[in-house]
Amino acid sequence: MNIVENFDLFAPRLINKQELLSSGHRACSGCAEVLAVRLMCKALGENTIIASATGCMEIVSSMFPTTAWRVPWIHVAFENTAAVASGVEAGLKALRKKGKIDDRYIKVVGMAGDGGTMDIGFQALSGAMERGHDMIFVCFDNEAYMNTGIQRSSGTPMGASTTTAPAGKVSSGQKTWKKNMAEIMVAHEIPYVATVCPSYPLDFIRKIEKAKSIQGPSYIHCFSMCPTGWRSPSHTAISMGRLAVETGVFPLFEVEHGHYRISPDMPRKLRPIRQYFKPQGRFRHLKDDEIDQIQERVTLEYQKLMGKAKYL
Amino acid sequence: MGKRIGMEVAIAVAEAVGLCDIDMAAVYPITPQSHIAEHLSDLVANGEIDAEFVTVESEHSAMSAVIGASGAGARSFTATSSQGLMLMHELLPIASAMRLPICMAIANRAVSGPLNILNDHTDIMPQRDSGWISLFVENGQEAIDLSIQAFKIAEHKDVMLPVCVNIDGFQLTHMVEPFEMPSKEEVEKFLPPFVPHATLHPAKPVTMGAFAMSDYFTEIMKAKNEALKSSKKVILEVWDEWARLFGRAYKPVETYQAEDADVLMLTMGSMGETAQMAIDQLRAKGIKAGLVKLRLWRPFPLAEIKAVLKNVKKLIVTDRAISFGGPGGPVFSEIKSAMYAEARRPLIYNYIYGLGGRDVAVGEFVGMFDKVLADTKNEAADTYEFWGVRE
Ligand SMILES: Cc1ncc(C[n+]2csc(CCOP(=O)(O)OP(=O)(O)O)c2C)c(N)n1
Ligand code: SF4
Ligand SMILES: [Mg+2]
Repeated sequence: MNIVENFDLFAPRLINKQELLSSGHRACSGCAEVLAVRLMCKALGENTIIASATGCMEIVSSMFPTTAWRVPWIHVAFENTAAVASGVEAGLKALRKKGKIDDRYIKVVGMAGDGGTMDIGFQALSGAMERGHDMIFVCFDNEAYMNTGIQRSSGTPMGASTTTAPAGKVSSGQKTWKKNMAEIMVAHEIPYVATVCPSYPLDFIRKIEKAKSIQGPSYIHCFSMCPTGWRSPSHTAISMGRLAVETGVFPLFEVEHGHYRISPDMPRKLRPIRQYFKPQGRFRHLKDDEIDQIQERVTLEYQKLMGKAKYL
Repeated sequence: MGKRIGMEVAIAVAEAVGLCDIDMAAVYPITPQSHIAEHLSDLVANGEIDAEFVTVESEHSAMSAVIGASGAGARSFTATSSQGLMLMHELLPIASAMRLPICMAIANRAVSGPLNILNDHTDIMPQRDSGWISLFVENGQEAIDLSIQAFKIAEHKDVMLPVCVNIDGFQLTHMVEPFEMPSKEEVEKFLPPFVPHATLHPAKPVTMGAFAMSDYFTEIMKAKNEALKSSKKVILEVWDEWARLFGRAYKPVETYQAEDADVLMLTMGSMGETAQMAIDQLRAKGIKAGLVKLRLWRPFPLAEIKAVLKNVKKLIVTDRAISFGGPGGPVFSEIKSAMYAEARRPLIYNYIYGLGGRDVAVGEFVGMFDKVLADTKNEAADTYEFWGVRE
């Protein structure tokens, strides 16, 4: 029986019913990023403290004097989330040791967009991971600076049109290949790195739970479809996430202590990326040969990953 | 009773902070602050203090980490200087807006460029409007005393604001001075445990650092300003208590031979001691010169400044920074605006001096007085001059 298609049957037993990110937040309709944050909270449970970067998820959830957060949550700035989280973790550790707070185990989680992780937040993240704090860092990658108006980031895929790398008469949008953040985190030799997508909620929750169970730093890279920024209809968020995975554009995998494992959700045979590119306005300008070139690189990158991994 | 010891001031500051039962410190090395970071690391490594020392990868992360730790309810400390303070700049108003009682030692040093590692106040002046309580010290004893007092002031339930203690780099941090180090028991008696208003803890989830639009922003700014202004009451109480316990008194504005003075000089930080020697020389010559030392930079002690300056004819404000293209040194501007509406106010002269570690000897302070007293037509009043500059 397919678990996802029979979700209503399985969900109550598989997923925490608590809504730790409440409704009433201001995310756009059809936002997969906020769905991912909600799923993450369900997987983490209430003994969690979240440090958030500036960005869509911060803005939509914390308009003073309201808040959507039912877990302790702190926002300080755009580029320093991992450092804030590492301070929270260090503070808790000291307070617990001195008996100033109860001794329950609390997971500290840093969260940021692709900009807050891969660009401006890169140094703070690298530092926090290298220092080995007991924390999870989750990158909600919607492939551009959405909060400030769809500007490119180093996570924007090649060929996508954004407001600072627009398609034009002599340009096909983003000229560079997406920074491979998961691999960079693997190179930090932290205990656990995983990629997730809210279109695969059970895989998502399992990986967050695994990260939660690990003492030390872990990194989760979440593919978070943004209908507004990708210029796609708001009902396509889930299907677009599935297409990204099924085409190999965003493979689901995990790396535990250096050991790669491809998620069982990955198809044996990838679909052509055209099927994923077609419905999205940000790729509309691409010519056939440009898509072919990108296809070649996607295939190559996927083969490289497969070379490192073996099926369960 | 505390012990009389001789020690390098930076090390002593770390020792003093170590007496304060801190839970967490995050300090990134930079000359001339590094000895604080190193000595705190030693204290932690030797189990002399029970705290987490987070070896951050930058000052931006140092300030971010102490914000996080303080948000979790930990007594948190950092220290920096110059470029490091500039790197923290973005986060300083956030720390104060979040009402986090973080304490920071600043080994004041010139800001680049050109790069220069020596002392002046060009690092702290751009932080003036960050909403921190900002104190200046003149010698090692004061550096120790204020480093301890800082926690009590910051964490007072009516304050809950971050505090920075400005300690002149090299001139103070690297001097070996004799002073009295309070004992652990004395500090325990003086400094109660930190009781935060709200903390990041699942027992009672709170949201910290929400964003606010025009409907609330102004009110939040006013609340922060009121908090900073009214912190002075607590600062004065803490200084009273300190005087009772340790016999050393502190005031927002300290004076030397100022009561009957015709001409006063205003200094901040370590230059005060040198200027004091100049006053003695001038007094010996029969010149009624006096000194005003500004200890409390924020909240600005308006009433105290007005009271001290109301009878004097001429005032020399010395500045160790300049507001480029502006009306002069930053302290000069503050003092001028403080005195503007007073019926009786002095003519105010401004010397920008001691930049990038340039030494200013006693004779030069005497020279400043001579120059101002020779200006019988008051032509140089209300202007500024780079003292001792080669043209
Ligand atoms: C130091 C600094 N630079 C720039 C900004 C403006 N800014 C706020 S959020 C943001 C982009 C956020 O992008 P991302 O991290 O990808 O999150 P998203 O909004 O896409 O979820 C930018 C550029 C800022 N707040 N702080
Ligand atoms: S702009 Fe995109 S990421 Fe931001 S809230 Fe809207 S849909 Fe979500
Ligand atoms: Mg983004």
